[in-house]
Amino acid sequence: MTSDILETDSAGSGTPPGPARPVARRRSPSAPTALGLGSAVIFLSLIVLIPLAAVIWKSAGEGPGFFWKSVTTPDAWAALKLTIVVSIIVALINLVMGTLIAWVLVRDSFPGKAVLDTLIDLPFALPTIVAGLVLLELYGTDSPLGVNLAYTRVGVAAALLFVTLPFVVRTVQPVLLELDREMEQAAASLGAGNATIFRRIILPNLLPAMVSGTALAFTRSIAEFGSTVLISGNLPFKTQVAAVQIFGQIENDNTASAAAVSTVLLVVAFVVLVTLDLVQRWRSRRA
Amino acid sequence: MGHSTRTIAAMAALGISMSLAACGSGSSGSDSGSGGKKVQLALVAYSTPQAAFQQLIKAFQKTPAGKNITFTQSYGASGDQSRSVASGLKADIVDFSLEPDVTRLVKAGLVASDWNSNPQHGFITDSVVTITTRKGNPKNLKTWTDLIKPGIQVITPNPSTSGGARWNILAGYGAQSNKGADQPAGVAYLKSLLKNVPVQDDSGRKALQTFVGGKGDAVITYENEALFAKQKGQPVDYTIPDSTILIENPIAVTKNSAHPAEAKAFLDYLYSPAGQAIWVKNGYRPTVQGVEGADKFPKPAGLFTIKDLGGWDKVTTEFFDPQKGIVTGIEKSLGVSTGK
Amino acid sequence: MPERSSVPKPNRTVSRYALRLVALVYLLFLLVLPVALICWQTFKDGLGPFFDALTTHDALHAFQVTFIVALWAVALNTVFGIGAAILLVRHQFPGKRILNAVIDLPLAVSPVVVGLALILVYGKFSSFGGWLEDNGIQIIFSTPGMVLATVFVSLPLVVRAVVPVLEELGDEQEQAAQTLGAGRWQTFRRITIPGIRSALAYGIVLCLARALGEYGAVAVVSGRLVGQTQTLTLYVEERFQNFEQPAAFAAATALALIAIISLLVIKLLQRKAD
Repeated sequence: MTSDILETDSAGSGTPPGPARPVARRRSPSAPTALGLGSAVIFLSLIVLIPLAAVIWKSAGEGPGFFWKSVTTPDAWAALKLTIVVSIIVALINLVMGTLIAWVLVRDSFPGKAVLDTLIDLPFALPTIVAGLVLLELYGTDSPLGVNLAYTRVGVAAALLFVTLPFVVRTVQPVLLELDREMEQAAASLGAGNATIFRRIILPNLLPAMVSGTALAFTRSIAEFGSTVLISGNLPFKTQVAAVQIFGQIENDNTASAAAVSTVLLVVAFVVLVTLDLVQRWRSRRA
Repeated sequence: MGHSTRTIAAMAALGISMSLAACGSGSSGSDSGSGGKKVQLALVAYSTPQAAFQQLIKAFQKTPAGKNITFTQSYGASGDQSRSVASGLKADIVDFSLEPDVTRLVKAGLVASDWNSNPQHGFITDSVVTITTRKGNPKNLKTWTDLIKPGIQVITPNPSTSGGARWNILAGYGAQSNKGADQPAGVAYLKSLLKNVPVQDDSGRKALQTFVGGKGDAVITYENEALFAKQKGQPVDYTIPDSTILIENPIAVTKNSAHPAEAKAFLDYLYSPAGQAIWVKNGYRPTVQGVEGADKFPKPAGLFTIKDLGGWDKVTTEFFDPQKGIVTGIEKSLGVSTGK
Repeated sequence: MPERSSVPKPNRTVSRYALRLVALVYLLFLLVLPVALICWQTFKDGLGPFFDALTTHDALHAFQVTFIVALWAVALNTVFGIGAAILLVRHQFPGKRILNAVIDLPLAVSPVVVGLALILVYGKFSSFGGWLEDNGIQIIFSTPGMVLATVFVSLPLVVRAVVPVLEELGDEQEQAAQTLGAGRWQTFRRITIPGIRSALAYGIVLCLARALGEYGAVAVVSGRLVGQTQTLTLYVEERFQNFEQPAAFAAATALALIAIISLLVIKLLQRKAD
């Protein structure tokens, strides 16, 4: 691993790359104390690294045959398929609606906008089980709206849409806010229509943030548990998402199978995030 | 100057409140009596008797024997709970849905082999398997044959984890096989029945949850669960089929309990008329004679017991063996998880 | 603040209203109605039943467990967060990118997997966990396990809040203090901490909100011990499964209110930081 001195993205893999910060301002950073670095590493190892390694170890422990068998049992396979497919759909819906909502929040003004803006973060702060209960009440069997999404895939999608709502909105909003309007105004004065302006001028600037937010929404969505437990019930092959299937396996003491399916989820998330990071790096190198 | 003092004060306040909270959490569980040394018993039970136990514990603590006793309680699918205790989950009293879940603990050396030597044979409550439907029984599902009609969806839990599921399956089997005499007919029935089951939850309670949540036309469940749901205002009705099995729930004290005397005292209370009356109030049939309210439970004409089917040892091996059991085979062919 | 163009052309107005409508309808069904419904469900019989439901013995105990676990998690993550932020911003060392990536890892892990991971390492049947239990320390099915799970899921929050501000601050003041003879701890206490105060507060509130609301991971590591290791989120689920809807909704509303209040506090802190 090379360590850069020019830390343009040291703020984290999730944020879009900003302008390169002037290095001359700082003297070259010193080495940390052994105590400081050591305790951080120990803390992370005890809480994050070793446990996650244990999951992968456990799933590999009984050999690749067992791993494959655990992942391809009818209910595990169906759960994984459902989870990934629905998450892709949810991520794409978020791509469109999230950008749209961010647009409305930045460029439009109407009474109550500030309240709505604050509420967008609610899915971040709300416990997932409460979200599930709430959605069940509104769209389940006793729904006052007359729909019944309980035990349906649409219900699962609704729950996932709720918890992933803020992702694209919150990554696109800051970019929209910072956007320089002069180009748009120039294009408009030259006769370009709304659609063209959006497509040629605004969209290219938003795309990195949109993609980043969508990827985050996807990884959040495949991991979701609490909000789907109530509304989707537990219909294997129909509405059971991967996390619920894993939970069932843990309760039945099949920790090795649970670990196998968990490893698949971890690998998928890892691949998505690494791809996102690489794409961002590639873009910032081109820019 | 001011900043660091404030920070230190804040951290101190945090530390004090955390330790106070930690001390406070020591008195968890239920109400406690005055004076005396507190004893904590661990109760591990199957999924349905939670509401009953909460009343029983409160009543027990009002008696002189129960004055300084608090409880931790754990509820879940009978098979899962039994396996947990066998694997080391701390328990002083175990109450399961069916006898094999206690036998497993006897084999593991955790329960004495004479646990069922009392007049009730170790059974604390009885019940029967019922067919529970939506209020008003719109699809008119009253018999076992009604459940295998095409297009009917029946909810019953997964027999590899849930005790209730095994009772349900054996009830249907016994009814359709003339109490085990005609095995092919019974097995054919089970095949048709399980085909009509869209989801097999972990436990009896979860199955009831699924049904009440809107899935299925009927749920096969304990009589006490149906009564519990009705008591809680859920829109359900239930029918006791003419031919059904007598459910017998075992209870035992563990050998490695740190407080065997107190655990036995609790058990004695559960068997006492006062305790059995509370069970009855919660919809369970008593195992002791002369309990008030016991006559509200109808006796089905074709009631049979597990003994009529050959006893648990025979049935468990024949039907539920994880590799060769008849039911395991049907489940596998339907793609249902058969775990342990 | 970017200027708004103040001369809307007719086709712009139509598309603006159309966009606004779509956004509002989507948010109405997905966000506003659910929250409104649960408040209505809880309060439709008045505030009395709401408070009664929240002051039962089990509910109060759930509150207590939730707060204890959350406070421990926040405390641990704050200490770690400040330390890690300083490591990442003020220091250089091999493997820094890995540290960075590992800190972000919890965001991508499903809560159920978190629970499983902790059980595999600290459970009774693992070598380490077994050794701990033999020495009287029970982690899984007990409060420490729940604290670990909550620390895991909220790990990145304080770090990520503090890092950008620490970067912006630059270290001239710290360097100046050190040349004037201040010790490391003095510099830290007098200069670094005050500098990151708002960001730290922001991160702490985020962490606290997340910790109070955790469900999946604690559901796995808490076992099924009613009244013992039951947080408020687990209490909601358990009451619901026992057909005690009013109690479940009351607790759910309490959690929703806590979430909304956290949001407002965060908004306030953000505004102060700007």
